[in-house]
Amino acid sequence: MARFVVRRLAFMIFLLAIVSIATFLLFSVLPVDPASLSCGQHCTPEKIAANRIRLGYDQPLINQYFTFMKGIFAGRSYGEGAQAFSCPAPSFGYSYYRGQCVTEMITNALPATISLTIGSAIIWLTMGIGLGVISAMNKGKIQDRVSTGLAIFGLSMPTFFIGLLLIYVFIIWLQIFPFPSYTHFLDNPFKWAQALVLPWFTVAIVSAALYTRLTRDGMLETMSEDYVRLAIAKGLPRRKVLVRYVLRGAITPIVTIAGLDIAVLLGGAIITESVFGLPGMGRLALNSVTDSDLPVIVGITLITAFFVVVANALVDILYASLDPRVRLES
Amino acid sequence: MSLDTSLVIEGKSPAQLAWIRFRKDKVAIVALVFSLIIVILALLAPWVCALLNIDPYSLNKTTIDSVGLPNAPFGGMSRAHPLGVEPGTGRDILARLIYGTRVSLIVALIATFITTLIGVVLGIWAGYKRGIVDGIIGRTIDLLLAFPSLLLIISLAPVMQPRLVAMGFPEGNPARMTYIILILSLFGWTYIARIMRGQALSLREREFVAAAQASGAKTSYMIFKEILPNLWAPIIVYASLTVPGYIAIEATFSFLGLGVVAPTASWGGMLADSVRYFRSDPAYLFIPGTALFLLVLAFNLVGDGLRDALDPKGERAQKV
Repeated sequence: MARFVVRRLAFMIFLLAIVSIATFLLFSVLPVDPASLSCGQHCTPEKIAANRIRLGYDQPLINQYFTFMKGIFAGRSYGEGAQAFSCPAPSFGYSYYRGQCVTEMITNALPATISLTIGSAIIWLTMGIGLGVISAMNKGKIQDRVSTGLAIFGLSMPTFFIGLLLIYVFIIWLQIFPFPSYTHFLDNPFKWAQALVLPWFTVAIVSAALYTRLTRDGMLETMSEDYVRLAIAKGLPRRKVLVRYVLRGAITPIVTIAGLDIAVLLGGAIITESVFGLPGMGRLALNSVTDSDLPVIVGITLITAFFVVVANALVDILYASLDPRVRLES
Repeated sequence: MSLDTSLVIEGKSPAQLAWIRFRKDKVAIVALVFSLIIVILALLAPWVCALLNIDPYSLNKTTIDSVGLPNAPFGGMSRAHPLGVEPGTGRDILARLIYGTRVSLIVALIATFITTLIGVVLGIWAGYKRGIVDGIIGRTIDLLLAFPSLLLIISLAPVMQPRLVAMGFPEGNPARMTYIILILSLFGWTYIARIMRGQALSLREREFVAAAQASGAKTSYMIFKEILPNLWAPIIVYASLTVPGYIAIEATFSFLGLGVVAPTASWGGMLADSVRYFRSDPAYLFIPGTALFLLVLAFNLVGDGLRDALDPKGERAQKV
């Protein structure tokens, strides 16, 4: 087991390195000059050149890359003398467009995104797994038909349409909610939840549908395994077989996928956040694209990739500790 | 001894068996018919619109009032404009939906084809060869999965579209559609590749593979002639389930302003527009939205029906 963990973590670090290089190369093709973005109205070519040197964009790409990576671990300072400023570690660069360290912008956006992710994950996991279990236990009966019907309905609703529909029904038509304005949880938990209920469901509906299917299919497949047949033959009570044998076997792959889905969401739900105007990572990303604010785009890409790669590794390790077959295979 | 002809067992191909199972699935049949009607409408869009005497581009200024809202109720529904008119421009919604379907279907079908092609070839190759090929393909998949694809798609669009134009694609909407197709294919093939890899891993241990290898078959022959023919069922199922996903994604891109732009009709574009008329003309949200939902739903149901018909194993799960 220890060997597996070490190898998996080593691969994770390797993958992170590759991702960071790929991101850097990819975005170097963008014809955006971060140095000229900051310059404002009274801009001269000299000023742009000075900015470029200050930000390090005059360096060859490979040097830029290493300076950037060093910044993540040791922080980074820009400029010299009285105009010098620095972004403390972990530094993901500096947005001249906004005059802010990228890390600071991301930390400001994270609370909204984390709130959105956690709330919707709770909703979609309970709804999805619950409906899936009901469906599998009553295969072919009315409960199964209703659950699978709901699932395919949910799967066929594009996220932005769900969001618009919820806004229309609950905010404009029934006027149950005010138009969401995000409030920090610590400032006012009630307003926080009020602003997030609709976004939670917007994200959760599609995923819940997907998880209903995964749980149903997983359980039905596990039910045909020999060890389940043995448990039934031994005369174990139905409930015990379902919980101890079937659900347990079926739920492991779902946990794997849930880990990844949550990690991806932490990188920002671009659609939901922009439909509801939530000040999270997704909206920050979209705004940065509109503003051609390259350092922020790079920062968000890397952070999201980091979440996904780390979650992937953790899930693999968890999976291997639960299921010995995985360890032996690799 | 004479054979009773009524007892002769007729041989049936797997495709025939699948069709017999599919035919029993009423929901899937309805969905298939609906999908086919939509495809035909899209193919024949100019004639259909001429027949209904509607046009997606003409601005019917008489149907809207001075602030741009449709005069007739329910978003301007009338005999001349069965599904109403767009607020602001007065363009006919039904005609725009029919033409919008063309864009959706072209993008979704081509992207599905490329995705499936890449995924099938690379997946089988990895599973069959194992070793270093498997390693490289597997790590590429890991890498692609790590990237936030939607963010990359959005942020690279302003750069890549001009490059496609420089490569010879017509400027404007064709280049925009090509970009979406290419980028969906780039990120999309990983899913089917993993499924194909798993299947190939188990198939390569079978005797018929060993026999072909012993008679000196090359890798390409093994992939396309020996292994691939065994995998048509999962390929058809996953391809058919990819189409509705791509239809929804194409609409999402147009919604974000990345897809085709007006005056060309697009479903996502109409929905993005509808946000401005939320309070005054909700029909403009509901009609294109419902149309989009129904199309995606129909394709999903067809895919589901195919899965049930092509995967007889699904029936065998025992009851607990």
